[in-house]
Amino acid sequence: MSDWLPSARIEHLQQRAGLLAQARAFFAQRDVIEVQTPVLAEHTVTEPDVQSIQVPDYGYLQTSPEYHIKRLLAGGMPSCYQLGPVFRHGELGRLHNPEFTMLEWYRLDFDHRQLMYEVADLVDELLGPKPYQHLTYADLVGGVASGPREMLDLAFAEACERLTPGRFFITDYPADQAALARINPDGQTAARFELVIDGVEIANGYWELLDADEHRQRFAADGEIRRHRELPAMAVDEEFLGALEHGMPECAGVAMGFDRMVMLACGAKDLSDVLAFRGSQ
Amino acid sequence: MATYSTNEFRSGMKVMLDGDPCNILENEFVKPGKGQAFNRVKMRNLKNGRVWERTFKSGESIEAADVIDLDMEYLYTDGEFWHFMKTDDSYEQVAADAAAVADCQNWLKEQDVYQVTLWNDDPIAVTPPNFVELEVTDTDPGLKGDTANGGTKPATLSTGATIKGVPLFINIGDVLKVDTRTGEYVSRAKT
Repeated sequence: MSDWLPSARIEHLQQRAGLLAQARAFFAQRDVIEVQTPVLAEHTVTEPDVQSIQVPDYGYLQTSPEYHIKRLLAGGMPSCYQLGPVFRHGELGRLHNPEFTMLEWYRLDFDHRQLMYEVADLVDELLGPKPYQHLTYADLVGGVASGPREMLDLAFAEACERLTPGRFFITDYPADQAALARINPDGQTAARFELVIDGVEIANGYWELLDADEHRQRFAADGEIRRHRELPAMAVDEEFLGALEHGMPECAGVAMGFDRMVMLACGAKDLSDVLAFRGSQ
Repeated sequence: MATYSTNEFRSGMKVMLDGDPCNILENEFVKPGKGQAFNRVKMRNLKNGRVWERTFKSGESIEAADVIDLDMEYLYTDGEFWHFMKTDDSYEQVAADAAAVADCQNWLKEQDVYQVTLWNDDPIAVTPPNFVELEVTDTDPGLKGDTANGGTKPATLSTGATIKGVPLFINIGDVLKVDTRTGEYVSRAKT
């Protein structure tokens, strides 16, 4: 039996260690400090398309450090990042694993455009410099842009897969896909961006929404979609909302799938080739 | 009837799609970070052999197909049906029609064992082994002495099938080893 064997070749894991060190050095150089927030917490996200893994008696494994980092920012923390594990229920495939490594960082007084440039700098550092192309969500999804949401999501996913080879920033997401980004002055689009490299979604960033009431409205809308799709109802994280009511500083934030970055750096096609041990369902 | 959800899909699983039994070949999980999850599934329609690609919303369920592959011995044909017998000493027989036997007709030899695919106990496909040995019933006369190189010729086998690429030294009555996947001559069978 060879079931005990690591999923990835040892050379790839050595390459991963190098990339982790490089990413930390990148932020140290820019005075962005590393934070560690809970991986296990009472609350989690309300998003209808992100399912959390529940831990009986304790709450949920976190799908992103977003809420905790934002509470830190409201509490006076300067620009900071977290590099560690996050968890998503039911996500398993060539580019998905229920546990994965997220690099998430927040920059005080940046907007999403400035943060995009920093994302490109980090990618250039880790994967070597290459040019970036810029596309809007409408450019990408084109004619389907008015269809039902699930058609849009599929069209978007398939259009991203076709963005290869090359590095592409996608901006101007429809306002109803803002997640926690602020809405642009046009009222139609969100101050959100994503980075796709060689057909793989790598990073998702926002010029962060600060308004607590608007957060409440978006969480309520999530709850409505969850009810409609018969997904478990998620309690709203009042501690996160408390931080927003207190006031979070102007900032932009981005989350990057670090395992996928390692995959690209190694020239691998499957997360199994860069994870020490692959998750199962 | 059992159903399978997309997250249970594995290659080799037999499911119903548009009323036909299918064999799952590949199952790819597709999900934008902030969007809905999908499964892009490649499957082979077991009735006509065609490969279909379908995208399901993750979590959707489809009906399982009651499909099994059995090794069965070929007995005979009555012209309309081809009769096979189980090899488990039950002497149980099934009759496969022309649609099920399809191209396998070219490779059927009595008493040889073939894989018969049963859907709800009815045969829907017959798969030959990768290699079969069949006797030549017609070919141009062999050329004496030419055993190494030179040209090739077609030969008709006992099943009625004609294969190409047969060396010139082969004669009527010789038994040939044939690759059923390509329909090509492999060698003269050792007798």
